[in-house]
Amino acid sequence: MRGLVNLAWVELKLLIREPLTLVFSFGFPVLVLFVLAEVFGSHNQDRSNYRGVEAIDYYVPAYVALVIASIGLISLPVHLAAYRERGILRRLRASGLSVWRLLGAQVFVCFMLAIVGAVLISALGEFVYDAHRPRSYLGVTAMFFLVTLMFAAIGVLLSALSPSARAAQGVGLSLFFLMMFVSGAGPPPGSMSTTLRRIGEVMPLTPAIRAIQNPWLGFDWSAYQLILSGGFLVGATALAVGLFRWQ
Amino acid sequence: MHDLRKCYGEMVAVDRLSLEVEQGEIFGLVGPNGSGKTTTVECLQGLRRRDGGEVSVLGLDPGTERRRLVSRIGGQLQDSALPDRIKVWEALNLFAKLAPRAADWRLLLDQWGLSEKRDSSYVSLSGGQKQRLFVALALVNAPEIVFLDEMTTGLDPSARHIAWELIEEIRDRGTTVVLVTHFMDEAARLCDRMAVMRSGRLVALDAPRTLASTYGGSTHVCFTCEESWHFDWLKQVPGVDAVRRDGAVITVYGVGPLLPFVASALVERGVIPDDLHAEPPSLEKAYLTLTGHYDEEDE
Repeated sequence: MRGLVNLAWVELKLLIREPLTLVFSFGFPVLVLFVLAEVFGSHNQDRSNYRGVEAIDYYVPAYVALVIASIGLISLPVHLAAYRERGILRRLRASGLSVWRLLGAQVFVCFMLAIVGAVLISALGEFVYDAHRPRSYLGVTAMFFLVTLMFAAIGVLLSALSPSARAAQGVGLSLFFLMMFVSGAGPPPGSMSTTLRRIGEVMPLTPAIRAIQNPWLGFDWSAYQLILSGGFLVGATALAVGLFRWQ
Repeated sequence: MHDLRKCYGEMVAVDRLSLEVEQGEIFGLVGPNGSGKTTTVECLQGLRRRDGGEVSVLGLDPGTERRRLVSRIGGQLQDSALPDRIKVWEALNLFAKLAPRAADWRLLLDQWGLSEKRDSSYVSLSGGQKQRLFVALALVNAPEIVFLDEMTTGLDPSARHIAWELIEEIRDRGTTVVLVTHFMDEAARLCDRMAVMRSGRLVALDAPRTLASTYGGSTHVCFTCEESWHFDWLKQVPGVDAVRRDGAVITVYGVGPLLPFVASALVERGVIPDDLHAEPPSLEKAYLTLTGHYDEEDE
């Protein structure tokens, strides 16, 4: 446990020293939320496109999920792949750091980042666009936890599959934008074609968005979305641990 | 601690290598690039899976008991790095925290001349400073064996000498040192015994001095004298095999304690050259003889 806490602490300090690496993770979702809110935020939008709520109320929880997705799909895999490429993982391993401690520290950092992102998005929604606060804080927190774990596991898996940090970035960005557009974080989901929605159905961001939206908007739990998220979490974890490489 | 080691890389990097490192010695591993030195020490540290043979380090198998082994060994690796923005003290502190019984990293900071760089980030360090930091990191868990892979590469001459003294200190405190090096002066100065590798095989293993005298060619004694001088009688001196003249320089080849015999014979005849000196068989020559003068492909 000691190694994990120490590494996590160092990693956080390193992030704070190079905050520009986080511009994309935080800046992009905030920017797009702003644009979408300006375009679709007016109160005369067709609610049926947005699960029956105001556009801004739909988008705020969706963008909390999107921030988490960008951390898991881009920041984490690029970070880990660069560590592997440069021999930092070799160095850590030679000093007896176990896979679990290494990944535990990374997941911890993901949580810290996700919390900052969620606060940013919520603040923008609340103070600028007067979006609804979560109906169930407990539910949102629980789903936030699940979704962050799921994307962290996917991030570790992507890093294991990437031959280099550059490759991780290319793959991560592509996946991120694909998911963003087909999973209901881009164009209004009600306006998408059946094909797009079908593609969206198999992407992990879709259940992530739904899982956070449901308690946020006061909808019922969806066992289906939970099982899907859990499935992605378990599957990605199993593959990631199996495929993880130190060098 | 008694090790019998063998390991194979993908391209037969190490071929049926058997050797034993004694507790408390500085053991050198030398050879051309690509001869398997690094692969060997990586197998010993459990950083690479060996393909055959039996390895025991401190009584543990690095292949299957790496976790128990890792807290008792230290390693300075080639091709490793730290995050750019990590500070020197943070790195030492982090690695100390990973070890169950750590040395005092502040002391290491001092010993390895990094005190002034305590708060500098890794990326701002010079090559030599990074190298010293890695050696300090290898020692931070107070290891029983430390593996140093080209430790002094990138160090300036004075830093190398300081590093050598520190390595001797480490050994004197009872830590076994396995040293991979390219520098014969380093091996001659530090190693109690050394193994010479070529193409993944062991070609010689002995004390540097013994290797030098066995494979390092003959001793020769040189001095200058007048061109007209006759020297044939020098061949009668005990141990002398041949005498050659090159302009004013006379070179006497032979074996054994050549210098005192030649010197006393010269004095006897009233010849007192002021530049009389012996060139002993060198480890460098022994190395070139053993490894065949050529570099294999890069490791």
